[in-house]
Amino acid sequence: MAGLAATFGSGAMTNSIDELEYTDLILATGTNTTENHPVIGMKIKRAVKQQGTKLIVIDPREIDLVKYAEIWLRQKPGTDVAVFNGLMNVIISEGLYAKKYVEERTEGFDALKTTVEKYTPEYVEKISGVPAEDLQKAARMYAKANRASIIYAMGITQHISGTDNVKSTANLSMLCGNVGIEGGGVNPLRGQNNVQGACDMGALPNVYPAYQQVSNEDSRKKFETAWGATLSSKPGMTLMEIMAASGSGAIKALYIMGENPMLSDPDLHHVKKELQNLDLLIVQDIFLTETAQIADVVLPVTGFAEKDGTFTNTERRVQRVRKALEPPGEAKTDWEVICGLAGKMGYPMQYSSAQQIFEEITSVTPSYAGITYRRIEKEGLQWPCPTHEHKGTKFLHKDRFSRGLGLFTAIEFMPPNELPDKEYPFLLSTGRVLYHYHTGTMTTRAQGPSERCPESLVEINPADAEKLGISDGQLVKVTSRRGTLEAKSRITTKSAPGSIFMNFHFTQAPVNILTNPALDPTGKIPEYKVCAVKLEAA
Amino acid sequence: MEKKITLTIDGREILAKPGQTILECATSMGIFIPTLCHYENTTNVGACRVCVVEVEKARSLVASCCMPISPGMVVRTNTPAVRAAQKMIVELLWSSGDHNCLTCEQNGQCELQNLVYWLKIDKPRFNIEPPGFAPDDSNTMIHRDLNKCVLCGRCIRACNEIQVNEVLDFSMRGSHAKVGPAFDENYINSSCVFCGECLQVCPTGAITYKQAKFAGRPWELNKVRTTCTYCGVGCQMDLFIKDNQIVKVMGNRDYGPPNEGSLCVKGRFGMDFISHPDRLKKPLIRRNKNEELQEATWDEAYTFIADKLSAVKKAYGPDCIAGLASARCTNEENYLFQKFLRAAIGTNNVDHCARL
Repeated sequence: MAGLAATFGSGAMTNSIDELEYTDLILATGTNTTENHPVIGMKIKRAVKQQGTKLIVIDPREIDLVKYAEIWLRQKPGTDVAVFNGLMNVIISEGLYAKKYVEERTEGFDALKTTVEKYTPEYVEKISGVPAEDLQKAARMYAKANRASIIYAMGITQHISGTDNVKSTANLSMLCGNVGIEGGGVNPLRGQNNVQGACDMGALPNVYPAYQQVSNEDSRKKFETAWGATLSSKPGMTLMEIMAASGSGAIKALYIMGENPMLSDPDLHHVKKELQNLDLLIVQDIFLTETAQIADVVLPVTGFAEKDGTFTNTERRVQRVRKALEPPGEAKTDWEVICGLAGKMGYPMQYSSAQQIFEEITSVTPSYAGITYRRIEKEGLQWPCPTHEHKGTKFLHKDRFSRGLGLFTAIEFMPPNELPDKEYPFLLSTGRVLYHYHTGTMTTRAQGPSERCPESLVEINPADAEKLGISDGQLVKVTSRRGTLEAKSRITTKSAPGSIFMNFHFTQAPVNILTNPALDPTGKIPEYKVCAVKLEAA
Repeated sequence: MEKKITLTIDGREILAKPGQTILECATSMGIFIPTLCHYENTTNVGACRVCVVEVEKARSLVASCCMPISPGMVVRTNTPAVRAAQKMIVELLWSSGDHNCLTCEQNGQCELQNLVYWLKIDKPRFNIEPPGFAPDDSNTMIHRDLNKCVLCGRCIRACNEIQVNEVLDFSMRGSHAKVGPAFDENYINSSCVFCGECLQVCPTGAITYKQAKFAGRPWELNKVRTTCTYCGVGCQMDLFIKDNQIVKVMGNRDYGPPNEGSLCVKGRFGMDFISHPDRLKKPLIRRNKNEELQEATWDEAYTFIADKLSAVKKAYGPDCIAGLASARCTNEENYLFQKFLRAAIGTNNVDHCARL
């Protein structure tokens, strides 16, 4: 998100989901859409099959969307910047870019032009393995489309160059005048139901709701008045920094609401040590997760069907969540628990309903100011929605970017932190599968999805499997510098030779004991998509 | 300028767009024509013929779902010939399947049952001869009983045109015709991804929500619309509730975005967790590091936490406390969580798993 915020001034999906179905071209990169966002995947397939939309896929894995793509660029994991620079090299050198748009609406073009000059298709082929000819074809196709949308997900962000990757997608989109038009844009597909909302609400170390900076005095004063408290001007720590500080003793107490770092964070052996080092670990959840098991206090709360509230989806649409069930035992809603604790801490927070909290949110969150429960009773509204008369915003940056001019960033390719070598010859990427969700707390307790996908599988290319004498379904051992685990093999061309893929849903094969905690310096996102491992029959 | 043409349906004139079907025009005029195979946003196939109408000067009755309008067309939807044809079709469908409403999950919301009733048919004139297919009981999500199939093809169009999963199609011919995955496989062994679009569109009890079987009659279920808790698409869904349990989940087709009534396997079949016996029911406290977690009251838990947090804050300062909010929780909860850390504790150490 930091990447888009720097480039456009706003870190969110620029356009809407339904525009994908009617645009002229979709470039999907680092998103296994049909498995991770199946309903968006459905719309992409419909666009291709029924609306004549062209699809370009840039992905190291042979995902389902490849079947629907006109061009598939299979880059080596972690070489995205080179590929995007290569696409722009072709577009600029062939004069296919949107000159008027670049001149009027953007800045930083000259530096970009200079940087991408050396990324000729031949040079990019050497780095990424993408054939020069395919790269040229894709570049021309993207540039010539009237309206082209770029969609991406964690395959772009979970790299040490994650922020650079995002900025590269934004560069390409602006270069061809695709930002600020219907059917265009740069569209991060958010993986969790309310990741967008959690960011909008200021569950981030450097910003209050609606991305108002904690270091900005005016913002701080506004919130001090609204909340009746003195606030700190020092930006806080990010998740990965909090975990490290827990280990070093700089953080003494950690309050976790509905997260499971003991399965989701990289280098799990370390995470456990860090969490156990705390004086106080509070976990608020619906199950006794791996993290809750080592907590000092565990607080039982309601699931999504047991409470009222709102979620904000990936296209910035604020939608209602409604209570359908009574919670089990003494479980309370998360907000009731927070209010209960705040009272004991001498800072009374009293609300009678989720709706009342939402009304307070809209009073301090300009982009949500025009939204009320009544207005979203039937259909959600997309922020920014600044007034009660405003109809919500389908796509952003229409005549002007949030930051004024769109900013091109000249970016050099930087290889991943840990690449395969003699000792650890395979490249491991991690992600999700269709039937499960994140750390599996919910889906592994669902009968149907578990029946279809009961365990973690290591996806191995047939050529590699043959070399190592591994057959389909055989137990294999995967080892990185940080740990080792066993799981069954799945022989498939989905994985490129030399690469393997595993999901992180199952506690029985917790792939994050293998992953590399190296972080993107800006986004602080771990490099889940690339680490070096060795592979052998167990 | 948009071109319009005039036609007459049941004695009333209407101006309509060329290319519209008779069914679309009639519906827009509030005239009811029964349908079975017709389904919004999929191809009109005219498979069932239940929607037949009389058109002046036409050789025979025509299927209104497929027939485009033409200038001066005169249509009648309610004549003895039309009703006789509709009765014949419905009686043939009824008698060629095992439509046993006593135990059928669709009882009360079955479109064939509704047609029988609407056409006032007591009994079919023909002997009831179900084809005798073995039900597909291969999985815990989708149940298929092709003895209740009327070969309308909605499931096939839903699979191919709405979801573009391209799993279902017709196989065999004539009286042996049936729908299903390639090579007559059951669902679990096919390439089906269990989005469940087929069971949502099925007009009869042929394809049903397996876990809802014997879990509640349609009229006993309480419907609550909400937003899915899984990925970031935010699909609108209806939870059907009985006795404080989710009986089944359907996509909400009442309005458009973001999913227009479609769901995926997680949203439709992944809700068991909510009523799982493992759910936490009481607060737990570990009073000393080497002890086990023990049940406590809410007040004990709040006091325990508040004492410890206050002690840490006093000894080391507010920046030694941190919180992880959640992309799984609501906006209201995330807002209060960061407000709690910032205003009640005094630190900006708050983040969540957006990056993971």
